Amino acid sequence: MNGTRTTGSPYAPHTDDDTAAMLEAVGADSVDDLFDIPPAVWFDDEFGIDARSERETRHLVRQTLERNDDLVELLGRGHYGYYVPSLVDHLADRSEFLTSYTQYQPEVSQGFLQALFEYQSLLVELTGLEVANCSMYDAATALGEAATLADRVRDTSGHRVLVPDLLLEGRRSTLENYVAGTDLEVETYPTDDSTVDVEALTDTIDEEVVLCYVENPTVRGTIEERLAEIGDLAHEHDALYVLGSDPVALSLLQRPVDVGVDVVVGDASVLGLPTSYGMGLGLFATRESYLRQVPGRLVGVSEDTTDRRAFTLTLQTREQHIRRERATSNICTNQAWVALRTAMHAASLGPSGLVDLAKRDVTRAEDLAARIDDLVGVTAPVNDRHHIREFVVQVDQPAQAIADDLEERGFAIHVVGEQELQVCVAGVSDEQLDAFVEAFTEVLR
Amino acid sequence: MSDQGRRGEQGREREQGREREQEQGERQGRRYDQARYVSNGHYEPLLSEKDSTRVDVGDDSPLPDDLTRDSLEFPELSEPELARHYTRLSQMIYGIDSGPYPLGSCTMKYNPKFTEDVAALDTAAVHPDRSAGSIQGTLELLYRLQDYLARIGGMDAVTLQPPAGAAGEFVGIRVASAYHEHNGDDQRDEVIVPESAHGTNFATAALGGYDVVTLPSDDGGRVDLEALEAALSERTAALMLTNPNTLGLFERNITEIAEMVHDVGGLLYYDGANLNALLGRARPGDMGFDVMHYNVHKTFATPHGGGGPGAGPVGVVDELAPFLPEPRVRVRECEGESRGEEKDESEYELFTPEHSIGHVHGFQGNWLVLVKAFAYIARLGDEGLLDASAKAVLNANYLASQIGYEVPYGPFHHEFVASAGDQDAADVARRMLDFGVHPPTTKWPEIVPQALMTEPTEVESKETLDTLAEAFQQASASSDDELGAAPNRTAVGRIDQTSAARNPRLSWQALQDTNSGEDSA
Repeated sequence: MNGTRTTGSPYAPHTDDDTAAMLEAVGADSVDDLFDIPPAVWFDDEFGIDARSERETRHLVRQTLERNDDLVELLGRGHYGYYVPSLVDHLADRSEFLTSYTQYQPEVSQGFLQALFEYQSLLVELTGLEVANCSMYDAATALGEAATLADRVRDTSGHRVLVPDLLLEGRRSTLENYVAGTDLEVETYPTDDSTVDVEALTDTIDEEVVLCYVENPTVRGTIEERLAEIGDLAHEHDALYVLGSDPVALSLLQRPVDVGVDVVVGDASVLGLPTSYGMGLGLFATRESYLRQVPGRLVGVSEDTTDRRAFTLTLQTREQHIRRERATSNICTNQAWVALRTAMHAASLGPSGLVDLAKRDVTRAEDLAARIDDLVGVTAPVNDRHHIREFVVQVDQPAQAIADDLEERGFAIHVVGEQELQVCVAGVSDEQLDAFVEAFTEVLR
Repeated sequence: MSDQGRRGEQGREREQGREREQEQGERQGRRYDQARYVSNGHYEPLLSEKDSTRVDVGDDSPLPDDLTRDSLEFPELSEPELARHYTRLSQMIYGIDSGPYPLGSCTMKYNPKFTEDVAALDTAAVHPDRSAGSIQGTLELLYRLQDYLARIGGMDAVTLQPPAGAAGEFVGIRVASAYHEHNGDDQRDEVIVPESAHGTNFATAALGGYDVVTLPSDDGGRVDLEALEAALSERTAALMLTNPNTLGLFERNITEIAEMVHDVGGLLYYDGANLNALLGRARPGDMGFDVMHYNVHKTFATPHGGGGPGAGPVGVVDELAPFLPEPRVRVRECEGESRGEEKDESEYELFTPEHSIGHVHGFQGNWLVLVKAFAYIARLGDEGLLDASAKAVLNANYLASQIGYEVPYGPFHHEFVASAGDQDAADVARRMLDFGVHPPTTKWPEIVPQALMTEPTEVESKETLDTLAEAFQQASASSDDELGAAPNRTAVGRIDQTSAARNPRLSWQALQDTNSGEDSA
């Protein structure tokens, strides 16, 4: 390289001599001459953003984020702070994983394609369904995509999408946005003791229902006991049976395919990501019969010229870049790198580690509930059900005030009603749980 | 000849090709080989082929049998084995750190490394249900990023919630719908999209429930104003446009286009995929766009991660701000109250805009990506952003003049679309892999036959651009046989795409089923 490096972007490597030579080659006097922008819309002002050194920028971000309080999070409801092994960070951060694009040139992208194929395979094992895509954005958008799938595949007409009354607002609202361009309407069915009220659902469901959505575990940590019955009910009315779950719960709870589920959605980032302020990884698995209607990317197996196995994106004629307005979804950039992390985390646990993690989530939740239940003026868990990871606590005082006091003492928990709190054990150490029980006891006095 | 026989022959040709390429490469003082690992007749084995364990879930279960699955089976490997598996896989991937990656319309820039470290800070890991008071740092960073983006785009309000560009488009379309509906404009059921637009535009408009009206280009590759006039009506909800367009051409008549769309009561949507070409030189808001999305994983160099996560923040003019998704972040000035030693006494809170369309994501989108985008913009500042667009445009024009293929239309901004002429663009792309560079986007937009859509970005030096140009020239000079045999130096040889689609095998379980089926037959 000749000459002095131009200042400006720290990542543009041009020297003054290079720039001059390149301008000469294209026959321009200055870089500005290359911009074909009419004077009326030429921007002559400044943004007012100061450039900083790398060191200053790191300091700025650190200083800003240090305003966050350091709390022990006993928070769940779809996002869990499981410990992610260092192995995952170090391997996923290898720059070929991090800095590559979608695998449109499969011959130079084999590693990522194989990792995504392994992620798909993991979901196939967990759900028992034959097809899993290699990611949606999060649980809410995956549910939205399931609804548009139902709209496409259902034999008869119909417009009702049934969801539990306990569905998280963010999920319900996202679902409503996804179906806004269709004739579908989202309706709720009641729950009883924080699980599906099957009798009420039986009265609600009819031939107009295209999709019946159930979560296991529920948002309150309870485990559904009548999944197969609900499946039969949905199928009797030709509705798609969609289950919301996650890889940790699925490693222990009933296998979706065994209870008649047609589509599994949910957040797979419970493995592989810390609680990243709501960032997710949409899980999407379904039956082979819906393969041509699946949204998102699919990695498949093929062979190369030496007859060896090789991986490639496949069935792309479903996708927006080929099918445009007739595509099964508008998704393009997805959550590939998170899927990679999830697969790595699952692989590092292995099936024994994963099943143990889920079992511990059951026993630790039960143990914590029993300890809290011993306190005066407290009932835990509120629901007379089996729980995993989390449960609802009834208190005889305003719940918000208790949560505020706990926050002062370094613990974050959910307020889910006037006198109801929700507590989650996932990712919280035994010592932290002891300290929490102590703080909770003090707050109640 | 059977498929297998044909492939066997191609395999031998591939080996010969490798040798030939090696000789040529050595003559030119350059050679490239991607790592590959072969074991028991396969490339790097699947985890499931190394070691698997079946766990009986019923053992020691704290739950009754009828609530649990019977068993779970998948790979169980030691940490060193996993480290090697994934390291090998990573070596069979071409990333932006491996070499130039001029994928047109995808804006593959170098990703600064320090942004990974700032996003990995422990404080970056917070639960979305934390109280606003306990995560002031997170909210402040989001607020400041909203502000940066609003300034860069010339917009009045920004939401950071959409987790990708296409998700941003969807927010734009939903906001447009809500706005029209709010005004009692129920008859607007069409969205106009130029034929050269990204596929996501069409799919997004359809997902929003609109009929898509495709707009042809004029002879110069830009919006045909007469066709636009004919397409516009009181049924028009919006026109989705990117500027510069996917041919790399600036829509010079943008002010007129905006006026025409607004005259019929429609909204003008800006697809931010090509914003890198404009940084500091023109702003969508000033051009008359009402709503836009930003691809932070393109313009602001946050890593693509092999296909995501990205983030697609959306900016709007004041009139549309009440319809943005919830929650949004705003500042609440408080009197005389200071948190620690912070000079900034602002307090931040979440709120729901008055006529919000609600959520488009379970919570607040891809937070870790937003942290990286913030750090990138803060690092570059005005000076760096302005220089990025300058060098991106200089690089595109320089490379276009050097490649030895015909480049119709012009003048170009950040990208150009060459034509491979009589050659198959996909073959050209595979051939270019042999020269150690990533090829351009191929066969799109369809306006240019056998399109080679190329975007070098600002991060490539003249030397690298010359290497890229040489790869184009070598591909251009390649015989049909050479094109048909490529790629020769990649981890695997040319892949049979048809067989993958005709006989979908999408998991290791499906692979086992196929294999056992073959065994029994």
